[in-house]
Amino acid sequence: METTAMHIANGIVDGPVSAAFAVLAVAALAFCVRKARNDLDERLAPMAGLVAAFIFAVQMLNFQVLPGVSGHLLGGTLAVILVGPWVGALCVSTVLIVQCLLFADGGLTALGLNITNMALLGTAAGYLLVAGLLRILPKTASGLAATAFVASVISVVVASQGFVLEYALGGTTELSLPWVSGTMAGVHVLIGIGEGLIAATTVATVAKVRPDLVYALRRFRRPAFAKVGVNA
Amino acid sequence: MSKRLGWFLAGGLLVALLLAGVVSNFASSSPDGLDATAREGCTFNAAGEITGGTCIAQQEGEHQLGDSPLADYGIRGVGNSFLSTALAGAAGVLITFGAGAGLFWVARRRRPADDRSGTGV
Repeated sequence: METTAMHIANGIVDGPVSAAFAVLAVAALAFCVRKARNDLDERLAPMAGLVAAFIFAVQMLNFQVLPGVSGHLLGGTLAVILVGPWVGALCVSTVLIVQCLLFADGGLTALGLNITNMALLGTAAGYLLVAGLLRILPKTASGLAATAFVASVISVVVASQGFVLEYALGGTTELSLPWVSGTMAGVHVLIGIGEGLIAATTVATVAKVRPDLVYALRRFRRPAFAKVGVNA
Repeated sequence: MSKRLGWFLAGGLLVALLLAGVVSNFASSSPDGLDATAREGCTFNAAGEITGGTCIAQQEGEHQLGDSPLADYGIRGVGNSFLSTALAGAAGVLITFGAGAGLFWVARRRRPADDRSGTGV
């Protein structure tokens, strides 16, 4: 079997733009580490390792979306719901780094581009949507599943447009940008629906078995501003 | 770590191992959304090399680490493709869990009780 994951390969975006996004990715990840430390305790740390391992596994499962076209989960929204935005971005990054260094998936030069799209943009969009939706939807397993589905679809499309931006800035070929943007968005809506179904099933299952391990439920059970137990 | 959390983690890891080790063999091998978009406009020969046209992937280069023993989600030297994917997938899950959990554990917030031996925070 030849698995090619949805990662940018080397040479599609030129060197300077790839390098600039690598710098951006390193800076953003360093910021995430700082913020994540507030969330990471003895329970969340191993849970985050599991979320990263689970995303790695599910990223191997390409599903057909059109004749001759497949897709797989990116995982940003799933990670946000289970372990929060900062740790979640680090989980997706861990997966991308392991895939790039050990599985030759996603170019080494393109690692900053891939982290920006999937770990940063996808996770940020997922977080904003989850935070917004959980204000209106019930904090139950089914409310969480609906949240995961909607947030996943949109977050995947946002991540796909990250590629369009990078291609616009440093693409090594000259294709029409509206065409690239439209084609990427169209196919990623379908991939997002697949991702949404997987993410919804996963978070609903965890919410039923161990609701106390779901970051989004824990955090929204008490006022968001009350930093209980954290000495600043 | 509590025993209950240990069981949950073990169960979760088992599911991930089954997905990466077994279910992955039934995954679609079609190009994914990005790859399919990148290839649109070019023509390809049987070996997958570009023979003409204009597409995003035209200048695509080889992966610097393409010779890695786990490259392309297989174990180099294992002839049976089912086994090769299964082992590579399982290895990936364990490595990702180990790296992730290890780094997150190191970065975690310590409770005051944790540094009783030291000079305090």
